[in-house]
Amino acid sequence: MESLGFFAILFSAVFTNNILLTNYLGMCSFLGCSRELKTSFGLGMAVIFVMAATSVLNWLVYTYVLVPLDLDYLRFIVFIVVIAAFTQLVEMIIERVSEALYLSLGLFLPLIAVNCAILGASLFMVIRQYTFWQTFGYGLGAGVGWGLAILAMAGIRQRLAQRSRVPAGLEGPGIALIIAGTMALAFMGFNGMVSLN
Amino acid sequence: MNAAKNWKLFKENLGSQNPVFVQVLGICSTLAVTNVVKNTVVMCLGLIFVTALSNLLVSLLRGVIPARVRMMAEVLIIACLVIIVDIYLKAFNPDISRQLGPYVGLIITNCIVMGHAEAVALTQPPATAFVDGLAAGIGYSYVLLAIACVRELLGTGGIWGFNVLGGAWVNWAIMVMAPGGFFVLAVFIWIVKGCWLKPARKEKA
Repeated sequence: MESLGFFAILFSAVFTNNILLTNYLGMCSFLGCSRELKTSFGLGMAVIFVMAATSVLNWLVYTYVLVPLDLDYLRFIVFIVVIAAFTQLVEMIIERVSEALYLSLGLFLPLIAVNCAILGASLFMVIRQYTFWQTFGYGLGAGVGWGLAILAMAGIRQRLAQRSRVPAGLEGPGIALIIAGTMALAFMGFNGMVSLN
Repeated sequence: MNAAKNWKLFKENLGSQNPVFVQVLGICSTLAVTNVVKNTVVMCLGLIFVTALSNLLVSLLRGVIPARVRMMAEVLIIACLVIIVDIYLKAFNPDISRQLGPYVGLIITNCIVMGHAEAVALTQPPATAFVDGLAAGIGYSYVLLAIACVRELLGTGGIWGFNVLGGAWVNWAIMVMAPGGFFVLAVFIWIVKGCWLKPARKEKA
């Protein structure tokens, strides 16, 4: 893993190993909040920010606290607490600083605390034994990749709602999954450029 | 009376309120672990264990947990249970533990567990909550197993590692990769909604 630099990891986390389309993480909010472009843009931005920040925070906690103390097995609890505390803190800060930002970003923060993609990024970081910069690149890239996917999805769904007749049984989650599958197929075109595994 | 209520809850979780194809919760792991049947079985057992016990524990403690920190308390209870599953797998099934990778840990953020702790365990007595958690886990599991069977059969020509379809079968590599998961689940939801839930919709109308 040492060989991959910051930008290689960033690129591959966005395209070749998109956290949503190849690891299926963050599906719940992906399916639930992708009806409108505006909402999904806010959610996407919040995910990018939180994912980059928490994966770095978790890396620091993991490397400097958990490993030296031999408390590796507590990582699930510690990571989730760090993520929850971080989102809560940011929500409070944003609320104080700017109301406009709170309305566009802050509302999504509590939702994000239970987004599996965020925890997933931290867990991947441990399993793949990233260094500090690799972790930052991965967290940022995974967030951007997730945001990209949900934006594309929201665009397609908005169009779809206006002018297509979807079979009754496929309405809602069904058609969203088929779109996601097609998107995953398209992203497979990037395969082989850089690989994270 | 109580037993009847529990039984009704049990049936609802398997059918009309199924967590996967009706409420569309916990999709992440549904897609990620279903490329091989063996992994799916392990994952399902883990999830049943966690949902059932977390519901039971949250319900037992529901009088003690202050409302303000209830989410945090629930997450901690769930995380403890998941750690037990993780350690158990690492000790007894290291291969599968490695293949499942982060997905065991991600049971924590699986919306099914959290959703049932919030919706049922906080208001119901322990026995009901336990049954509900168990049923949600089973409802999730049989859908996963169905999807896993389709994907492994078409993707590798076998089930549980044994070759079923014979040498002449050309593997659909796409089935074990990411897009296959999306398509199979979509088709599954389509079939269920089209055939099974249609009568219910007519009754309503």
